[in-house]
Amino acid sequence: MAAPSTDLSAALVLASPQLADWLVVLPVVLMIGFGAVLMMVRKSVRLHGTIAITGLALLVLLDAALLIRISTYGPITMVMGRWLPPFGIAFTADLFGSLMAFVSAVVALAAGVFALRDIDAGGRRYGFFPFLMLLMAGVSGAFLTGDIFNLYVWFEVLLISSFGLLILGSEPEQIDGALKYAVLNLIGTTLFLIAVGYLYAIFGTLNMADIAGKASRLRETAPLVTLTALFILAFAMKAAAFPVNFWLPASYHTPRITVSALFGGLLTKVGIYALIRVTVMLFPVEREELSFVVAVSAALTMVIGALGALAQNDLRRLVGYVVIAGIGNMMAGVAIGTPAAVSGSILYALHSVVTMTALYLVAGEAARLGGAWSLSGLGGLYRRAPWFSAASLALFLAAAGLPPLSGLWPKVALLKASLDIGAWWLAAAILISAFIVTLALARVFLLAFWRPRPEPAPELAIARDWRIAWPLGCLTALSILFGLFPETVLDLSQRAATGLAEPSAYIRSVFPGGAAP
Amino acid sequence: MNTLILRTVAPVLTALMLLFSVFVLLRGHNEPGGGFIGGLIAASALAIYGIAFGVSAVRRAIRFHPMAIAGSGLLLATLSGLVSIFAGVPFMTGLWIYPEILGVEVPLATVMSFDIGVYLVVVGAITSIALALEQEEPERAEAIGEQPPPPVRAKRPRKPRPKPQVEG
Repeated sequence: MAAPSTDLSAALVLASPQLADWLVVLPVVLMIGFGAVLMMVRKSVRLHGTIAITGLALLVLLDAALLIRISTYGPITMVMGRWLPPFGIAFTADLFGSLMAFVSAVVALAAGVFALRDIDAGGRRYGFFPFLMLLMAGVSGAFLTGDIFNLYVWFEVLLISSFGLLILGSEPEQIDGALKYAVLNLIGTTLFLIAVGYLYAIFGTLNMADIAGKASRLRETAPLVTLTALFILAFAMKAAAFPVNFWLPASYHTPRITVSALFGGLLTKVGIYALIRVTVMLFPVEREELSFVVAVSAALTMVIGALGALAQNDLRRLVGYVVIAGIGNMMAGVAIGTPAAVSGSILYALHSVVTMTALYLVAGEAARLGGAWSLSGLGGLYRRAPWFSAASLALFLAAAGLPPLSGLWPKVALLKASLDIGAWWLAAAILISAFIVTLALARVFLLAFWRPRPEPAPELAIARDWRIAWPLGCLTALSILFGLFPETVLDLSQRAATGLAEPSAYIRSVFPGGAAP
Repeated sequence: MNTLILRTVAPVLTALMLLFSVFVLLRGHNEPGGGFIGGLIAASALAIYGIAFGVSAVRRAIRFHPMAIAGSGLLLATLSGLVSIFAGVPFMTGLWIYPEILGVEVPLATVMSFDIGVYLVVVGAITSIALALEQEEPERAEAIGEQPPPPVRAKRPRKPRPKPQVEG
């Protein structure tokens, strides 16, 4: 067969990619591959744990390599099938995306190890581990893609896997929670899709680097504020920001606790990631126009989330509200929009991925030790499990934002940023929310850990289990390390925020030859 | 459905449709067709067989669990994308080889193996759904290999314990 004689350089990337460029697609490929293998051995549930943990450990290594590579050499792009961007689908990872991908992988590994204990053979036969792999494929894809329609596709992938995880066990209350979750999330995803459609009509491109480059030219004529408002609404729904937050406490307490932990840690943060990516990098001027609305929503989200946490009796619902309070903090950074504030949001997101997952795991372990999910039924955990209680206290302090733990630095950054622009009420909301969350979590510690057990229960001999101790211990250690030695993470998140505010390196990585055609 | 006509026609129809699905799959490389539509045709063939002879007959006939078929397709599609790592081109780039088989040059491509992967994913997923819908309730649990959910999970109590009765 004769080779075609046309000039291929007009359509294809002819330079062969460096091996390191593969790091940007491999996390997703790895997760889909492992998910596929797990589906093939679906009935041999004994193998699932080993295969899944191997896969997640490899994912952590790949994401670590990607993060190191990007922090040294800048953003990496690979375009599927050699097509020239913006026509081919580009995977572009910058510091922000790779940081989030790395932290999610670590948390997924911890949750996977915890699941070895928490998910019994029945849950595995329903496909917990294949769903977990596909969920991580969706999450990694969302963090690493450089194409906004592709971002939508990864949202769908993680949404569908999350439906599967949510109804693991098929209990009536799970179906009830899943219905609320599914309807609200499908509406959010549809809004996102509609917004992408408008965007394509305006720009004629879906590549994010291309959009960022073209936005300044189209700003005079195109209704970009409307478009940005649609995106903000869609992502706020995903992230569970007020007033579209009610699906989260209605559904996150129903599934297995590992699933809640994964959802609370990862899924809402994917929404925040997309929000920051679209508003800060693609439409900064429009974000400025809408910043007051976002700020009000952020302040209300923080305060309502914190108040909700104070009012709850069920541990899982309580943690759900703490997640929402954190979302408000991250939205505050988006509303302020200066690089310092965005770096505060990124820091908060990293802290929140680790801490919220760990809090759900604490809730699960507390319920296993104490035999109840409710604060009124729990008690005496400190006497029974001092190490576990110490770790829980550390995580509570971290979630509340008290020194010397990881929650402090993002809150300091956000406070400073909001005072810098004179938004004293936003700063006040951050402080009030932190105060109420402290109260709520102190209440948990007081009732569930310090208080003697409300009833003299039969002392069950509950053995210490590495599958619980290691994930909880490692996540707590991460949180403490970040609190005590914040320099590296602070520096990384500041550079990530600068990269978003001034995306020239991102654009150059997609279009090495210069401006988009 | 236990009618004589359907039971007589179904095996022939199923065989023809499966053959046709492969034809559509291969034709799809350059003309209308492809893995997705081919997979749908194959899945409807299996569904017809299931309507005529019952779900367990289909499960015996396809040997593997439909989800395992879908998984193998997903793996095949993923690996087809990864081949390009050895050729020094980006992910999912179509690569071709032209072996001579029986004196005829047969072009083979990673595009085709990807499409076969799509075919298997669609066959597996849709058949799985179709069989689950065709199945009678009691045989479902046993045939899918799922245990019915345990009535009470002792490890994870959901309700708070009853309040202790305080005497006096």
